[in-house]
Amino acid sequence: METGIDFETGALLLGAFLFAVGAAGVLVRRNAILMFMCIELMLNAVNLTLIAFSRSAGIEGQVLVFFVMAVAAAEAAVGLAIIIAVFRHYELVDVDRVSLLKW
Amino acid sequence: MVAPLQAEPGFAPVLPALILLLPLLGAVVNGVAAFTAPERKAIPTLVGPAAIIGAFVVVLLNFIGMVADPPEAAAIVSFWQWMPSGDLQVGVDLGFDQLSMLMMLVVTGVSSVIHVYSIGYMREDPGYAKYFAYLNLFVFFMLVLVMAANFALMFVGWEGVGLCSYLLIGFWYQNPEYSSAGKKAFIVNRIGDFGFLVAMFLVFVHFGTLDFVAVFEAAPTTLTVGGGVVTAITLFLFLGCTGKSAQIPLHVWLPDAMAGPTPVSALIHAATMVTAGVYLVARSSVLFAMAPVSQAIVASVGAATALLAASIAVQQYDIKKVLAYSTVSQLGYMFLAVGIGAFTAGVFHLMTHAFFKALLFLGAGAVIHAMHHALHETGRHEDPNDMRNHGGLRSKMPITWITMWIATLAISGVVPLAGFFSKDEIIWYAGAYGYAILWGVALVVALLTAGYMTRLMVLTFHGDNRTGDDAEPHLHEVPKVMWIPLAILALLSVVGGWVQIPEALPGLPSMHALHDWLEPVFHPAVVVMEARGVHAAHASPVGGGEALWAGISTMLAIVVILLTFRALVRRRVPAADAPAPEGLAGILYNRWYIDELYDRLVVRPSLALWRGCWRLVDVGLIDGTVNGLAGGARMIGWFGSLTQTGRVVSYLFFFVTGALIILGTILW
Repeated sequence: METGIDFETGALLLGAFLFAVGAAGVLVRRNAILMFMCIELMLNAVNLTLIAFSRSAGIEGQVLVFFVMAVAAAEAAVGLAIIIAVFRHYELVDVDRVSLLKW
Repeated sequence: MVAPLQAEPGFAPVLPALILLLPLLGAVVNGVAAFTAPERKAIPTLVGPAAIIGAFVVVLLNFIGMVADPPEAAAIVSFWQWMPSGDLQVGVDLGFDQLSMLMMLVVTGVSSVIHVYSIGYMREDPGYAKYFAYLNLFVFFMLVLVMAANFALMFVGWEGVGLCSYLLIGFWYQNPEYSSAGKKAFIVNRIGDFGFLVAMFLVFVHFGTLDFVAVFEAAPTTLTVGGGVVTAITLFLFLGCTGKSAQIPLHVWLPDAMAGPTPVSALIHAATMVTAGVYLVARSSVLFAMAPVSQAIVASVGAATALLAASIAVQQYDIKKVLAYSTVSQLGYMFLAVGIGAFTAGVFHLMTHAFFKALLFLGAGAVIHAMHHALHETGRHEDPNDMRNHGGLRSKMPITWITMWIATLAISGVVPLAGFFSKDEIIWYAGAYGYAILWGVALVVALLTAGYMTRLMVLTFHGDNRTGDDAEPHLHEVPKVMWIPLAILALLSVVGGWVQIPEALPGLPSMHALHDWLEPVFHPAVVVMEARGVHAAHASPVGGGEALWAGISTMLAIVVILLTFRALVRRRVPAADAPAPEGLAGILYNRWYIDELYDRLVVRPSLALWRGCWRLVDVGLIDGTVNGLAGGARMIGWFGSLTQTGRVVSYLFFFVTGALIILGTILW
């Protein structure tokens, strides 16, 4: 503990860094697979943050992490399925070329 | 309650409800028949006239009872409380007095005859059952009108007859001209109804009741003679009368009302409904006697209408239009009479006019019926109503010819037919009460009447036939079911005036049965007028007694008839070849352009006003607001949809920006 930054703070900083990287990746990347991976990165950054907090705030944070992991697994299945469907239709996974999400 | 039941022994109405229920039942049965089996004619033929004749029989029974024991005041029959609300207590009450009894006799009697006639006239009409349903309903409402014992119930009848009039004018509604004539009648009558309503409100405010007996008893003590209130009440009542009885300025609907079947014109627009105004004034005689200004206005309007309508009748070619204007003119006579205070004379003329004018209309109907058939057989499309296409019908239709001549002589005031006595009494009283100008007008109108009626007869029945060689053999006398009513009415047109023969006439037995009969009803009004110092003189404004002037007027009528006859019996041309009337004749033919005047002054400005309201208020303001709101919502939506690019990245950008903003606000 003589370094000035304790373990919890370090974990939180790492989580924030990973989240920022993920968010930036989602925003700047155009490849659906890469965006998807960045989303996973954001989710895991949040998991890391939850675990870091659970050290001081109690076990609930760790419980929540399990939920996040379960939902993320489900989301990964659905998301990948959508990406595959889009690819089958357009033969590409560039989100800039796919503008289905309007009226 | 203000009007107690007549408890003292004496006249008691016999089966009073039946008088109203029979026509109503007839209307219901015929109405059902019209809906379920319109092509079957047996039920309407049986039920229609039978309902009315049944009512007539009950009225006769009551009449006999009343003759045996004349009541001093109206015998009231109360059925139920209709509007028990606070101070306003209106019951469904029928009043039996001498005036309502006379009206009931005239209404049911003439209706019975006309219903029988209608069997023949309407036989081939597809709306046969509907026709009888309407006609029975009309008689029901007319009886409500004359039997009502308070203003409110009378107003029910008043509106009901207006409704039936509208329905029957527009009976052949497939013709847009006819249905708009019905609308015209209804709308013009609404103006008059407004007056009736206002008068009714005023009566309630000042008397606290609407019952005739109570109001007329209280009137001389509650209101001041010649005061503003009684003048206002009577003038508003008279506004109602001008609508219903087609007096200036609301006379324009009646000639158009001839669009209906001819028996309807005879019953509603000559004999009964249009006389409701006269009945109303006679019924409210006490109020009118207390308002000299109103009396003068009523008499003047009556005289002016009589003159105007008679002058128009002189130049009309449609046989029914002549009779329509004649009716307006004769109604003017009646208002002249009730206006100057000669209530009995007005009601007398109402009665005799019902006989001979119904006869004239039914005769005209017979002519139109025959003409229609002849033209129909030959496949021609001339107007069967145009007298220029008639001519020489006397040999084809002798019964119609004779009966119509009787009616013509009666309306012209030739001694000793009905019109002579009633019209002479009006003219005489106009002079005797000192209205010199009205007296002169009445005399001139009498001569005009003789003139236009003779013209009608000559054009229709005399001279050469102008129908055309092919159609002429098809002209026949009408069937028995139609000419027997003519004969009955002809008889009444002869003897109808004998109930009231002035003492002054030499060589005739003096009779004042009608005067004595109506005396209890008009006595209060006479008392009021005598208190005002109104007395009938014994000489006309230019001298000469009643007998002299009666003689002069009947001689003048005969002279006019002979002159007109001589002047008009010569070769004339059918309508198709006739030139348009010019000069004064043109003005009269076009009815003094009054319809055109109303069109310019009232109809078009109001149309423009409402069109303006439609364009500015409805389309501009209301539609503009609603559509503007919708358009605004759509604009906002359009702006919002600009952000909806469909690209995931832009959504993400908004999402992250939003999240950062929220986060920033929380952490701030």
